[in-house]
Amino acid sequence: MNESKKIRRREFINTGIRLGIGAGLGAIAVGLSIRSVSGESIWQLDPSKCVQCGNCSTSCVMQTSAVKCVHVTDMCGYCDLCSGYLRAGTKELNTAAENRLCPTGAIVRTFVEEPYFEYKIVEELCNGCGKCVKNCGAFGNGSLQLQVQQKLCLNCNQCAIARSCPSEAFTRTDTKNTYLLKGFQKK
Amino acid sequence: MRSKTQIYILVLIISLLTLNLPAIQRFPRPEFEGKYQIPATQVTNIQPAILQYLDIAVLIACMSLISWFIVKRRWRKGVFWMSLFSLLYFGFYRKGCICPVGSLQNVTMALFNHAYKIPLTAVAFFTIPLGFTLFFGRTFCAGVCPLGAIQDFFAIRPVSLKPWIRYLLGLIPIVYLGLALLYAATGTDFIVCRYDPFVEIFRHNGSYFMFFIGGALLLTGIFIARPYCRFLCPYGVLLNLVSRFSKNHVSIAPGACISCKLCENACPYDAIDKPTGLSVKNDNRELIKKLIIYCLVTPLLVIICGWTISKYSGEFAQVNFKVRLANELMTIERKGEPVTPATEITTFRSSGKPVENLYREAASIVDRFYAGSWIMGGFIGLILGITLARLTIYKYRKEYLVNKGNCLSCARCLEYCPVK
Repeated sequence: MNESKKIRRREFINTGIRLGIGAGLGAIAVGLSIRSVSGESIWQLDPSKCVQCGNCSTSCVMQTSAVKCVHVTDMCGYCDLCSGYLRAGTKELNTAAENRLCPTGAIVRTFVEEPYFEYKIVEELCNGCGKCVKNCGAFGNGSLQLQVQQKLCLNCNQCAIARSCPSEAFTRTDTKNTYLLKGFQKK
Repeated sequence: MRSKTQIYILVLIISLLTLNLPAIQRFPRPEFEGKYQIPATQVTNIQPAILQYLDIAVLIACMSLISWFIVKRRWRKGVFWMSLFSLLYFGFYRKGCICPVGSLQNVTMALFNHAYKIPLTAVAFFTIPLGFTLFFGRTFCAGVCPLGAIQDFFAIRPVSLKPWIRYLLGLIPIVYLGLALLYAATGTDFIVCRYDPFVEIFRHNGSYFMFFIGGALLLTGIFIARPYCRFLCPYGVLLNLVSRFSKNHVSIAPGACISCKLCENACPYDAIDKPTGLSVKNDNRELIKKLIIYCLVTPLLVIICGWTISKYSGEFAQVNFKVRLANELMTIERKGEPVTPATEITTFRSSGKPVENLYREAASIVDRFYAGSWIMGGFIGLILGITLARLTIYKYRKEYLVNKGNCLSCARCLEYCPVK
């Protein structure tokens, strides 16, 4: 009799606590779902805040960073003397290795018509160091911009680059604003 | 006087006009004479949101299936295949993200920071395993968690650990949970994700340091089964607490235990409680005295732990970017400019934000860290006190029972039980 009473009391307490935990979980689930974003929030960097410090190429958890240089072709001036492509002080404006600014040779220069040249980023080679971005922004139109390429990004819960970004350019955005490019016209 | 106002108005109008105009390019886009077409900007798009809802659906399906396998079918093989599936899906296919272990930080951050928009998947991944645990025990740990699954395959020669070692190591996850909550609540960092030892293996990419830690844990796991789950996992602390009150936790024997001792060494995680010899312990008085002492000591422990940890709140706060930046700027003010200032400092100066605002913000973050570390320390002290007090409470067991908190519901012991 005494034993069964004891067991019943324990059951009662357990049920009470279980209900309490259940209610708490439910409250968290409902309360947070209401102001949650559908789908996932993604990481993107704002080029207007970016200072091209070079952390993007070294801080990403991926061995070649998910941050790549993106060429906004609508803004490009197709210059012969491209400050993003050529190293400062080069005498001859050609594709020779010693003239090129990009450390991995990820920018391809092709002749279009006199005096214009097209520039293209080879994404596999780009390591997101931002050297070209810095020079293009300083002396050119700023059509080269760093962006997180969403196909490569693993979308870490806390972006490792965001942690080391000196200008706090990395933010969580929703899937509607996948790219925060300047002067980019969506088609 | 009049001409001056006119000039002001003119300047104002011009500046307003130029502000509204789009930025003029230094080198205007050329008009090509040939057939050349300007190529589109190369950007890749992300997977559609529907795939993320698929993750939630897979999680619910896995949880239901494995709970059925364990509690109703009592089928170890099913658990094995399920853990293989989740290792492949949540581990190698989804690359270890999103996982419930990390989602507790998202939930904490959302609770403390209203500007943070939490993804729906994070809410679902936090609550669903806990909800299932409330009914069926830690079935999530058994075979849905990819981190647990990868370790479970390595549990080849498990050794039994002494209880005092287990109690001592068992304190690590509580401290880890406390730190994780502290850093998430202050919006500083997600340390559980940062130091996730197996995510590098799932991604085939990452730092050598974390690869080394992951490999070392897996190798340790050959002898000390599932070291991460038992002695590190912060989500496991929550599951442990919830599982103690679970409704239909799996039991070793489907009927009455016949104390055949066959299951005694079956558990690789030391989660089987053996029967106690005596039904009533003799020195009952002595134990009650001890219990009273421990109950009185507990508030003291709370205060001591809280005070000790709050002493280090300044060091904890150093992880925060703004606090670090403010500290560096203050050092420069005191000691003078270094030869080459850090990028962070030059960037902050060029942004033109006032230093006072940064100092104020940093001070408020430090205050939050101070309060948070008091709470965290107090919590650790409370757990210590309860653990001590529980040692004195004598619970009579006449049969082999699973320890509902520590049991990972892997269903290994079920195969040993001869009771049908």
